[in-house]
Amino acid sequence: MASNAALDIRIPSDVSRIEGIVAQVVHRCREHRFAGRQLTLNVPVALTEALSNAILRGNGEDPSRQVRVRADVSELRLVLEVEDEGDGFDLDACTKDPSDPGNLEREDGRGLYLMRSLMDRVERYRGDGNVVRLVLHRR
Amino acid sequence: MSLQVTKHADVVVIEVDGQLIVGNRQELKQKVLDEAEAGARKVLIDFAKAGYIDSSGLGVLVSLARRLRELGGDLRLANLNDDLQTLFELTKLDSLFQISDTRERALESF
Repeated sequence: MASNAALDIRIPSDVSRIEGIVAQVVHRCREHRFAGRQLTLNVPVALTEALSNAILRGNGEDPSRQVRVRADVSELRLVLEVEDEGDGFDLDACTKDPSDPGNLEREDGRGLYLMRSLMDRVERYRGDGNVVRLVLHRR
Repeated sequence: MSLQVTKHADVVVIEVDGQLIVGNRQELKQKVLDEAEAGARKVLIDFAKAGYIDSSGLGVLVSLARRLRELGGDLRLANLNDDLQTLFELTKLDSLFQISDTRERALESF
């Protein structure tokens, strides 16, 4: 039977923790019968981007700072909230368009664009910390 | 993620098994740079056994392609599954890399 309890965990600012969190969220989405490509593409890539942004940029990989991850999965949708201890950023201003020729050969700068392409909604707001909220409707 | 390196004539083939993401991208980068340092100029990354790739993984591929071009070589890709193909199309990187649907076709393309 699918678990309806929301996942709510805190991890240190360590990118090696990302895969484990992603696996837990994908597992819950699979229990709720999300579509195959959502399980192999949308959820893992978008969540990895959100977590790596929080760890590397928000918290500056400072081991004393934590990232809080909340995942609420239902038959209708996945709601993810990734919270870091940084100052936050302007989502629109920081999203780079990969179709701009000047961006094509950049090594960085695709994360926010991918997150917004792969999720139905992406928002940033100020909670206790800086929160990025991702919503994906089950298909 | 694990990497398996084989050589086919003058082409170094690196097969990626698992996720290529922020936590392990440096392993692939170092492996290719080591091969380039040893003289390799034609490198093929085979994604037949790969899972998902994040923007850091894509960034490493861009960086390595640029480095090999600077050395007069080339980095090419093979066996992208539908998810990976979508990622390359979304980010327009399908226009930057020569991508083959099989390893054999990729090897013939060099």
